[in-house]
Amino acid sequence: MSEMVLLGDEAVALAAVHAGLTAAYGYPGTPSTEILEYLIRHSREHGGPRAEWCANEKTAYEAALGVSYAGRRTMVTMKHVGLNVAADPFMNSALVTVNGGLVVAVADDPGMHSSQNEQDSRVFADFARVVCLEPASHQEAYDMTREAFDISERFHTPVMIRLVTRLAHSRGIVTVGEARAENPPHRDVHSSAWVLLPGNARRQWRALLDRFDDIRAYVAASRFNTVERGADGGFGVITTGLARNYFVENLDDLPARPAHLHVGAYPYPAAAIRAFVAPLTRVLLLEEGYPYIERALRGIVPPAHLDIQGRESGEVPPDGELNPDIVRAALGLPARTGVVVQGLSLPNRPPQLCAGCPHGDSFHSITAALSAFPDAIVTADIGCSTLGALPPYNAIETCVCMGASVGMAKGAADAGYHPVVAVIGDSTFLHSGVTPLMDAVAADTPMTLIILDNKTVAMTGGQPTLRSSSELEAVVRGLGVPPAHLHVVEAHPRRMAENTEILRREVNHRGLSVVIGVRECIETAKRSKQERTAAAAQE
Amino acid sequence: MKFDIILAGVGGQGVLSVSAIIASSAMKEGLAVKQSEVHGMSQRGGAVLANLRLSDRPIASDLIPRGSASLILSMEPLESLRYLEFLSADGTVITATNPVANITDYPPVDEVLAQIRGLPHALTIDAESLARKAGSARATNMVMVGAASPLLPVSFETLEHFVQTIFAGKGTKVVETNLKALHAGRAAASE
Repeated sequence: MSEMVLLGDEAVALAAVHAGLTAAYGYPGTPSTEILEYLIRHSREHGGPRAEWCANEKTAYEAALGVSYAGRRTMVTMKHVGLNVAADPFMNSALVTVNGGLVVAVADDPGMHSSQNEQDSRVFADFARVVCLEPASHQEAYDMTREAFDISERFHTPVMIRLVTRLAHSRGIVTVGEARAENPPHRDVHSSAWVLLPGNARRQWRALLDRFDDIRAYVAASRFNTVERGADGGFGVITTGLARNYFVENLDDLPARPAHLHVGAYPYPAAAIRAFVAPLTRVLLLEEGYPYIERALRGIVPPAHLDIQGRESGEVPPDGELNPDIVRAALGLPARTGVVVQGLSLPNRPPQLCAGCPHGDSFHSITAALSAFPDAIVTADIGCSTLGALPPYNAIETCVCMGASVGMAKGAADAGYHPVVAVIGDSTFLHSGVTPLMDAVAADTPMTLIILDNKTVAMTGGQPTLRSSSELEAVVRGLGVPPAHLHVVEAHPRRMAENTEILRREVNHRGLSVVIGVRECIETAKRSKQERTAAAAQE
Repeated sequence: MKFDIILAGVGGQGVLSVSAIIASSAMKEGLAVKQSEVHGMSQRGGAVLANLRLSDRPIASDLIPRGSASLILSMEPLESLRYLEFLSADGTVITATNPVANITDYPPVDEVLAQIRGLPHALTIDAESLARKAGSARATNMVMVGAASPLLPVSFETLEHFVQTIFAGKGTKVVETNLKALHAGRAAASE
């Protein structure tokens, strides 16, 4: 036993190593990125376990499935919207008979600090009929992840660890245990449990539903669901996730301690919740995320003698992340006040492209090239390139999901618009832009795709892209993009005039064209220079 | 004892290093610590906020409640004013005076500084020029750690130790510059 200071993400990563992990996969996405980053660092320093970035969350999930099929323990990491990309293997993996422990670590982003929505992965776990554990502390992040592997092997099911931003990116002290050995490779002889042909799938689905009662009973008895009796007769509080911490933060100020049920393990313990609310006249639900238990408790016919309070009745805001002050207000306590300065109005400071960013040069070229086409539609994508939506660029119109710029441009062109331009970063293109470009090639769609190649996954901190910059052109050409309309240019101010001219010509062209603007992200370039300098200084 | 610190700045100013050094020092001295950071999108030149909570008792929330912070330590003047609602009535604002004016509507810096100096407990430090004198403008954040050090519930020696530890991988010159910056900040705060 020893104590370590870890990010919530790192506590999950280290727990996986200590649980006998053989291989982990993922795609970078805030706030999940540091899980796999930690494992990659660990692997480099200790010679294992294997930890790799993949093309996207779906391919990462499928690689993890293969490790599980081969009998060994595996983890796949992603942000909440990444689970949408991996939804196909995720939903179906609930039906197979998991062999080696399979843990899906998903980091949600309530409040949308760095995301396009705030979907709650507990709902996804329910949809798939998968066990979900939600830590509220660093210690729980470690303990739950270790236990998740055991649950996965015991019930032959994937297990989800649901993190949120404020735990993923908060540091705290964790007491860690002894490491367990990895499983030896061992294939399960009943491999028809993995052939989801309709006949097998019907049997597997029924088998999952049959064993779900056992799963429900096991999870209901989990030490991560806790009940404390209160001194305030009719009032009780149900917390999930980090809401527990905000509740405890305010507890000393309450005149009487309410009864408290905390849910950390799912499927939620319905019998325990029923027993908890039975003596109450009023219950407050504090959930970091959607009003998930709250909606179940209200049902379509709400209980007659219970006042249910939460996000749906207005005591807690319907959206956004919780904090100690929101929970304080929901508990009916007077607001704390800080220092107030009269007449102070502060300008916002939104994120922006770094000074000298190659994307900035590309956006200037795009704006200049499109000045002759006032009706042009410019679709765009996820990543640093999204910042082209903000001043001074105001160069893009859409950002929906990974790769959507390409498919949306095709749709807008199909709808009769011209010109249509799609803008996407290199890693986002490799993640989800290749397949829609295949659609555009097949239909010879009159549109221009601009790939901003900064040679890295920039927004999440500079992870390597799956294929190097020099291979990108071959990938695009291999899809069948006409060579005469495929250009690779240097995204640099000194090339501004010629780049603008190439763009103007291709935008005007009534066919498919692709322009790749290449220059390394200045952050990663700076970092590799610093590393070289430091290495030289050490010698 | 509890000591909540709001750490503020702009992406790229080294707010997370400041947080790491104070947090590591507090842990070494046996305090409970929770340190909440901002990663991802807002690091790109946007406003950056870190919550650092030190206590001799277990800490529940990773986030600091309104009106509870003992200290706002800011790498930039405008950002020092952004989180005043978290400052307790007897809390202190310590800020570097050099603005990061990467927005078009940055107010006149004199007005910003006047507002800060009008607060009950405020200290403004020309951290960038002190850092330059120490050897590099990049050490501005360590000047600010030094400036905060008389108020922090950790010993100066422990802070020195972690400045050495954190910069050790970058060579002895970088360590020396940052230690000098730390001392310069402490001296400036004591003037």
